[in-house]
Amino acid sequence: MYYFDHAAATPPSEEVIRTVYEVMKAHYGNPSSLHQPGLEGGKLLRRAREVCAASLGVQPREVIFTSGATESNNLALKGAALQYRSRGKHIITTEIEHPSVYESAKQLETLGFDVTFLPVGHDGTVTAKQVLEAVQPDTILVSVMHVNNETGSIQPIQEIGRALQSTRPKVLFHVDGVQGYGKVPLSLQSCGIDLYSLSAHKIRGPKGVGLLYIKDGVSLFPLLSGGGQERGLRAGTENVPLIVGMAKAVRMAGEHIEARAKQLRHLREQLVSGIQQIPELVLNSPVQDGAPHIVSFSYPGMKAEALLHMLEEAGFMVSTKSACSSKSAEPSRVLLAMGAGEAAATSGIRISFGEEHTAHHIQLLIDVLTSAVSRLKALKGGF
Amino acid sequence: MMTYDLLLLRFGEMAIKGKNRRRFEKAAMNHIEALLELYPGASLRQEFGRFYISLGGESAESLIKELKKVFGIASISPVVVTGSELDKIIETAKDFVTRLNLPEGTTFKVNARRVWKGFPHLSNEINKLVSGPLLREIGTLKVDVHEPEVELRVEVREDQTYLFSEIIPGAGGYPLGTNGKAMLLLSGGIDSPVAGWSAMRRGLEIECVHFHSYPFTSKQAEEKVIQLAHVLSTYSGQIKLHLVPFTEVQTLLAKSKQEGLMITLMRRAMLRIATGLAEQHGALALVTGDSLGQVASQTLPSMNVIGRATELPLLRPLIMMDKSEIIELSREIGTYDLSILPYEDCCTLFVPKSPSTNPNLRIVEKIESSSPDLDREIKAAISGTKTLVLHPGEQPVQTGGTGIQEDWF
Repeated sequence: MYYFDHAAATPPSEEVIRTVYEVMKAHYGNPSSLHQPGLEGGKLLRRAREVCAASLGVQPREVIFTSGATESNNLALKGAALQYRSRGKHIITTEIEHPSVYESAKQLETLGFDVTFLPVGHDGTVTAKQVLEAVQPDTILVSVMHVNNETGSIQPIQEIGRALQSTRPKVLFHVDGVQGYGKVPLSLQSCGIDLYSLSAHKIRGPKGVGLLYIKDGVSLFPLLSGGGQERGLRAGTENVPLIVGMAKAVRMAGEHIEARAKQLRHLREQLVSGIQQIPELVLNSPVQDGAPHIVSFSYPGMKAEALLHMLEEAGFMVSTKSACSSKSAEPSRVLLAMGAGEAAATSGIRISFGEEHTAHHIQLLIDVLTSAVSRLKALKGGF
Repeated sequence: MMTYDLLLLRFGEMAIKGKNRRRFEKAAMNHIEALLELYPGASLRQEFGRFYISLGGESAESLIKELKKVFGIASISPVVVTGSELDKIIETAKDFVTRLNLPEGTTFKVNARRVWKGFPHLSNEINKLVSGPLLREIGTLKVDVHEPEVELRVEVREDQTYLFSEIIPGAGGYPLGTNGKAMLLLSGGIDSPVAGWSAMRRGLEIECVHFHSYPFTSKQAEEKVIQLAHVLSTYSGQIKLHLVPFTEVQTLLAKSKQEGLMITLMRRAMLRIATGLAEQHGALALVTGDSLGQVASQTLPSMNVIGRATELPLLRPLIMMDKSEIIELSREIGTYDLSILPYEDCCTLFVPKSPSTNPNLRIVEKIESSSPDLDREIKAAISGTKTLVLHPGEQPVQTGGTGIQEDWF
């Protein structure tokens, strides 16, 4: 099997699997218990927090653990909106956010918040100027993803963050960092980021665990109440083995980013030029500037699922749209926002990869894709 | 990003210490050499009373972060090295200033020093020869020779020329251990770790003493103190932590039924135990986190009565500081977040509702002498003390339990 769906979930690294297994086996105590096993659970959490914080260049107290990026994004948006509702009711985000941000914003609309969904250009990005122009006196939060999960387009986080800092420092800035971390360098400190979400399973960690960076001085309205874990921001017994496993994944993904990006970029260039050789396909990702591990294209007029299954038959696993929404046959909201027509937006395919892939794998994929398209074309012509 | 070749280290007070200077320099060098073990590319050398670290490809940024913890270093300057030919110097200077990314209108000056007298231009000439092309090429700069925002230092030597501008403040003080050894009474609070750090900064080697009243105090409280001592070890390369079982002494003192004097009696017993440990370990003073008037045991009358329990000098680095200043320091040295964890230590147990702020020495001494077992319990506490040695690179290991492996992370 050739697995090309890293943006949906990465194969976990051996080291992470071993860590999760060993910690789960040896440390089953509840970290809130007062006895030795509990104490050790607490120590593991503290060490995991230190490791994650060091990789992000922030303080350990600024990191809280969650069940994944969906929870982190929900907590960032709803937690900030509810906490600062007396300051204002306006939120700015984009039309291409991950559903966990987009739907949270929609939900907040039903609670009386006013949300601006910024449109994107054909390259799938918003500009800092757009964001600044959308800011109102009652704006409390701006949420912009770092790397788009469907197309890999990179948002100008540094420009947006700095523009907000210099003009409206009280407006909170949330960044969904899920697809960017470990692939596209980003400094939380120098970009003026107040809230930053990560998920472990996109960076070779386990599923069901993530984190939210909450800058010192920012408070959030907790969504989960209970035993006061995670400084009262996220109640619930901490999932120690997965959290320690995530710490390892975060640390490893944070190392050698430049080298990893360079390697992936070579593969991406090869894949993009291969796709450009197939006249039926339209590239959705930016040719040059996208994230190094995601390539999206469409076969306008062809059901995306048909192409996906033909590739799967040949042993190649890819996605239509993002994995979360790929079960519906609706056109992709992201591709529509980028100006794609209905036909292109319903036929999007996403290929995403990692360090274990080589130029040889990409060539195999291009070959399989070429023959799949010509077979489908023949079938389509026969209708 | 600038790629630096050298770090220039300057020393403060120790430089004027006459014949002790060599000893101080040696202590500082040992400390720095130990740090450099984690940076195999880098090497330390001494030249004309200055210390240089050749980076050899190691990250200047992370090494500076470590060096800021080395006592004795007054300041650090990252240096770019180039050849000692005028055109090379000018080229490198342009590159250097460009990479500083200075905002429009920044004022600057060039300050050259001709160390190698064979160089064909005088220092003053070099200033002009370098600043001229800089001004022409980088339009956003303005010259101000009196109070420049940026001063580009150019040191011309025979084989190499050094360029630097940044002067990063170091920790200051005296190199580690050059002023002897003391025992630090380390509670879990905000003050005592700061007192320990202050003492280390003045060149004292510190061993920490912590009193626990297990099972009345929790393992978490002890763990917190281990972590605090671990943070202190990052300033010294290693630190000893003595964990004293205090439950029996405390129980005995409680029997006297002198609730108001309990804190006074406990503090005196602690000083006696710490003095015993100091004798064992060759320390010549006790360091505490006392700050005048902060709590009942830190009023002047209390300190008078408590302090008489030891004959060793009692050093109180924080005595005249405000709480807000202490908190500020504890944040800077990295102990604050640990200190505010909410675990009880032995002083918060048996705490009377209204502790005496003005204890009577004669009454206190009478209570102590009427308790024949006190001396024995104090000796037992000293001999029952467990000692941990903590190192900055290693997570402290607590006895018992399943254990935590660092390679999980």
